[in-house]
Amino acid sequence: MTTTLAANRPAYDGKTLDLTGKSGARAFRNTLASVLITLCFLIALIPLVWILWTVISKGYGLLLDGGWWSESQRGVTVRREGGGAYHAIMGTLIMALITAVIAVPIAILGAIYLVEYGRGTKAARVVSFMIDILTGVPSIVAALFVYAVWITVFGFNRVGFAVSLSLVLLMLPVVLRSTEEMLKLVPDELREASYALGVPKWKTILKVVVPTAFGGIITGVMLGLARVMGETAPLLILVGYSKNINLNPFEGFMGALPTMINQDRTELALQPAADRVWAAALTLILLVLLLNILARLVARFSKVNSK
Amino acid sequence: MSSTDGTAPPTAPPDGPRDEKLELGPVGHLGDRLFAGMARGSGVLVVAIVAFVGIFLLALAIPALANNESSFLFSRIWEPGANPPQFGIAALFYTTVISSIIAMAIAVPIAVGVALFTTYYAPKRLAAPVAHAIDLLAAVPSIIYGLWGILFFAPILRPVIDGLGSALGWIPLFQKSVTDNVGVVFTASVVLAIMILPVVTAISREIFAQTPVAHREGALALGSTRWEMIRMAVLPYGRSGVVSASMLGLGRALGETVAVLIILSVPNGNDPWTSSIFAGGETFASKIANNAAEFDSPDKTGAYIAAGLVLFVVTFLVNSAARLIVARSGPGGKRPRRIKRIGDKPQSEGATL
Repeated sequence: MTTTLAANRPAYDGKTLDLTGKSGARAFRNTLASVLITLCFLIALIPLVWILWTVISKGYGLLLDGGWWSESQRGVTVRREGGGAYHAIMGTLIMALITAVIAVPIAILGAIYLVEYGRGTKAARVVSFMIDILTGVPSIVAALFVYAVWITVFGFNRVGFAVSLSLVLLMLPVVLRSTEEMLKLVPDELREASYALGVPKWKTILKVVVPTAFGGIITGVMLGLARVMGETAPLLILVGYSKNINLNPFEGFMGALPTMINQDRTELALQPAADRVWAAALTLILLVLLLNILARLVARFSKVNSK
Repeated sequence: MSSTDGTAPPTAPPDGPRDEKLELGPVGHLGDRLFAGMARGSGVLVVAIVAFVGIFLLALAIPALANNESSFLFSRIWEPGANPPQFGIAALFYTTVISSIIAMAIAVPIAVGVALFTTYYAPKRLAAPVAHAIDLLAAVPSIIYGLWGILFFAPILRPVIDGLGSALGWIPLFQKSVTDNVGVVFTASVVLAIMILPVVTAISREIFAQTPVAHREGALALGSTRWEMIRMAVLPYGRSGVVSASMLGLGRALGETVAVLIILSVPNGNDPWTSSIFAGGETFASKIANNAAEFDSPDKTGAYIAAGLVLFVVTFLVNSAARLIVARSGPGGKRPRRIKRIGDKPQSEGATL
């Protein structure tokens, strides 16, 4: 090795020896990689910009109309203009709210179990693995499962509540994982200080650990909500679309933004229907993006200080 | 520094007892028992839910499968309403798997590029906003991907499909379709690739960012260019992470419903079956969603539930494999090291994807 290196060493020509230099091929490969990697990023941005632009430019018109936010589609046919998305917005919000009411307590308690009670045990590892599996369950399978239980076994009707039940399966792992991450960041010193004052474990968790991680938990809840609000598959299977306002999740069909889009998507040649589809799409994106951005803001301003 | 990573073995480190040893509260305190029970119950509930999903789907699928006159695994016929019912998943399975694999093949290289860009190429101040912009892709509801995909993206992709079809048409996979339709498997795959891109990117980014500074600086100190540093230090370190991220992305693509439902055109009943990705088709998820109105008799419902069960099992296997790869070999292809240095950043919120 040393001999070849010595033989290949260029003779010192009296100028400053440039040790940072690299051969042309290596420099070229480096530049090529930089270009390709930047290109990858630009390629990834194209669909984002394109989709947002499409939906905004086609959908903003109806959103500026006051009726969009306060009227339903009752009696409005695909050929007629008018009506709003109130029924669908309310449907989406109600179903998401019920989902959150069921999923969030289970998720937070589950995370508390993983971090505070089961840490390092075999049982906790099983639970953790199952959460990973639940994260990967496709929405259509969650919907089929609830269909099997709710409709085939119990014989109930297709209602909004059934949708919420299937959305619970999708929201639970998201909230649980982010809560778990946050609880792990709470410093042990805080727990130990609380124990030292004679506070029982459950009170320590409720009054010290959870409040410290609260911001992160809220972030998780919002990200979870954002995920379930955009889901369409459970809506297709578990509830019919209704153009009327129905605020009762236990009876009758219910409107929702994704199914409102789905309803008219085959009639896009008709201008009123197309306008409504894109306006509903924009409303849905706004809802979901708003939740995402809020979640990130909450996360930024409430970082657990683990030092 | 606190050892809060949760996966440490329960043995107490020599420098002092940790929380397990510190339970000084009165044993048998009612509140404690109640609260611990609730927390444990939630853990059990999660396990129970996953088990129930499998059990219920299986229980409802079995009677339908018993009445099935056709081979469930190898038949391409789907007529659960016929008398006797005949249904098989071969065609659905093929379309589901091929579309997801193509989506993965397209998404992973780009996702790795994006992850490298945000971790090692983008200017420090730009890196976080750039990463969030890509994460926003995950926030777009899938029905909007579907609409955009079929109305705006498919026409653009048309020349590509025609070009590939004429150049590689002799391979059955790329055969030109008999019927001239827009909603082909390839289009669905590209849209799926866009949809799983943020998932793969987020996980790869996490792993790449964890490459030990010593490895990176060692490479640079030896005179590597930035690319050589990435090739020799970052990529080997993150390989298993990228593999598992790809599998998670694959899992997503397999189960995606509405975007695929909108994009793929359903072949006519009398069209001959084709293995080409330039033809229409149906995946498990799109078939089930498309026929939700048909769930009227137990046999029919059972057939779709059986299809759903197969999808559940496939995604279960893919996701388990992904998690096992992570568990078996931590970053760097070795057993995960538990030594944390002061100043090590905790994982950011992207990890919960």
